[in-house]
Amino acid sequence: MKRAGGNLFILCLLLVAIAASFIWLQLDLSALLTADGRRQMHDYAAAFFPPDTSPAWLLKLWRGALETLAISAIGTLLAALFGALLSLLAAGRMGAAARVVCRLLLNALRSVPELVWAALMVLAAGLGPFAGTLALALHTTGVLGRLFAEALENTPSAPAQALREAGSGRVAAFVYGTLPGVLPQWLSYTLYRWENNIRMAAVLGFVGAGGLGQMLHVTLSLFQQSKAASVILAMLAMVLLVDALSGWIRARLG
Amino acid sequence: MIRQSSQWQSRDPAALPRALITLLLIALLWPGLQLAEFRPQVLFNSQNLDTMGRFLAGFWPPALDADFLRLLGKATLETLAMATAGMTLALLLAIPAALLATRALSVSRLLSDRAGVLGQFLRYPVRLLLMVLRSIPEIVWALLFVRAVGLGPTAGVLAIAITYSGMLGKVYAEILESVDPAPARALLLAGSSRLSVFFYGLLPNAAQELTSYTLYRWECAVRASVVMGFVGAGGLGQMIDLSLRMFAGGEVASILMTFLLLVLLADQISLQLRRRLA
Repeated sequence: MKRAGGNLFILCLLLVAIAASFIWLQLDLSALLTADGRRQMHDYAAAFFPPDTSPAWLLKLWRGALETLAISAIGTLLAALFGALLSLLAAGRMGAAARVVCRLLLNALRSVPELVWAALMVLAAGLGPFAGTLALALHTTGVLGRLFAEALENTPSAPAQALREAGSGRVAAFVYGTLPGVLPQWLSYTLYRWENNIRMAAVLGFVGAGGLGQMLHVTLSLFQQSKAASVILAMLAMVLLVDALSGWIRARLG
Repeated sequence: MIRQSSQWQSRDPAALPRALITLLLIALLWPGLQLAEFRPQVLFNSQNLDTMGRFLAGFWPPALDADFLRLLGKATLETLAMATAGMTLALLLAIPAALLATRALSVSRLLSDRAGVLGQFLRYPVRLLLMVLRSIPEIVWALLFVRAVGLGPTAGVLAIAITYSGMLGKVYAEILESVDPAPARALLLAGSSRLSVFFYGLLPNAAQELTSYTLYRWECAVRASVVMGFVGAGGLGQMIDLSLRMFAGGEVASILMTFLLLVLLADQISLQLRRRLA
C-alpha cells in the first residue's frame, strides 16, 4: 500500500514535469494547425518533391556518400589503434597510476558527443572531411578504449604467463599469448562502432566536417529543396543498407 | 636464405597470410585516406596551432559571471524540457502505431501460425512509416524543422517527437510480441475488443519493460537535445555553437561541464526510477 502511494507520487511528479516542460518552452503548436500555418508547411514540404535526380547531382551525391564512408572508416580505424594502445594502460598493464589517468582520459573522450568534437576539430583542422575524421576518432577512442580494456581484463592470463615462464619477452608474450584471445572481441566491437559511425558521419557535416551532411546543410541554406531531398534519400539508403548488411553478417556469424 | 625463411616460418607459421592481409587492407584503405583528406600535418601548421592554442588557453578559467550563469541555467532547463516534451509527443504517436503494428493483437493468428494476408497488408505500411521516421537521424529532422518553424526549441521538440516515435513504436510492438501471449489469446477468443485485450491481456505483463525502455529513451533524448542546438534548435547546443564562433574558450568550458553534469543527472534519474520499477 505504501509502495502504491509512492508510485502515485512519482506519477504525479512526472505529469507535473511534463506540464512544466510545455509551459517553459511556450510551445505554440496550435500555430502549426491554423490554415495559414498548414499552408506554409505544405508549401515547404511540397518544395522537396520531386527530388533532384540529374546525373551531375547524382555523381556529386555518390562522391559525398563515398566521402562519408571514408570518414567513418578512417575515423574508426584510428580509434581502434589508439583505443588498443590506451586500453593496455587502462587495463592496468603499466601500473596503477597510468590506469587511473587513462580511465579518466577515456571517460572524457567518450562523454563529449561527436558533433561537439567535430565543431572543435573544424577550428583545429579547418573545414572539410579531415575534421570529421578526427572527431569520430576522438569520441570512438573513448568508447573502444574502455571496451577493449574490459576485454583485456576478462581474458585468461594463463597463455601469456606460460610464454613468459618459457622465457619469451613481454611483447612476444602479449602478441602470441593475450592478443589471439581478445582479437575476435576487439574486432566485433570495432565493426559495431563502425556501423554507428557511418550513421554519425552522415550528419557531422552540419558543422562543416564534410560528407553528405555538409551537402544537406549547404543545399538547405540555399533553399534548393529538391537537391536536399535527394541528399536525404541518399542518407536513408545508406543507413538502411548498413543496417541490412550488418544484420546479415550478424545472422551468419551468430 | 632458404634456411632463414624457414626459420622465420617456424617462429610464426601464420606470418605470411597475416602480412598479405595487412597489405590488402592498406591498399583498400588508401583511397579512403585520400577521400577523407587525411593530412595530419595541417594540425601542426603554425597558424592552426596558434588559433587552437589561444582558444584552449581561454578554457581556463571557465566563465562564471552571474549573467552567463543565468543564461546557462535557462538553456539547461530548456534542454531538459525539450527532451521531456519531445518524448511526450513521441508517446502520443508511438502508442497507437505500436498497437497497429504489433502482431500480438492479431485475430487471424489465433487459428493458424501465420497472420492473415489482410492483417499483414494493413500492418506493413505502419511498420514502414515507423522505419522511415527513425532512420532519418533526429538532427536532420531538426534542421528541416528549423527552416519550417524558425529557430528555437520548437524545432528540436518536433524532431525528437518524430524520430523517437519511430523508435518507440517499433520497440513497443516488439515488447508486446515478446510477452506471454496466453492471456491475450484467451481474451481474444472470448470475443473482447482488441483495446481491452491490450489493457487486460498484454499491458500487465509488459508494463515494466515498456516503462524501463521509455526511461532509457528519455535519457537518450536528453543527450540528443543537447546536440540539436548546433542546427539552431535551442538549448545548450546553441550556446556551445555561439561561444565556439566567438572563440570564447571560458564559456565553452563552462557549457561542456554543465553538459556532462546534465547527462550524469539524467542517467541517475532514469537509473533510480528503473530500479524502483524492478
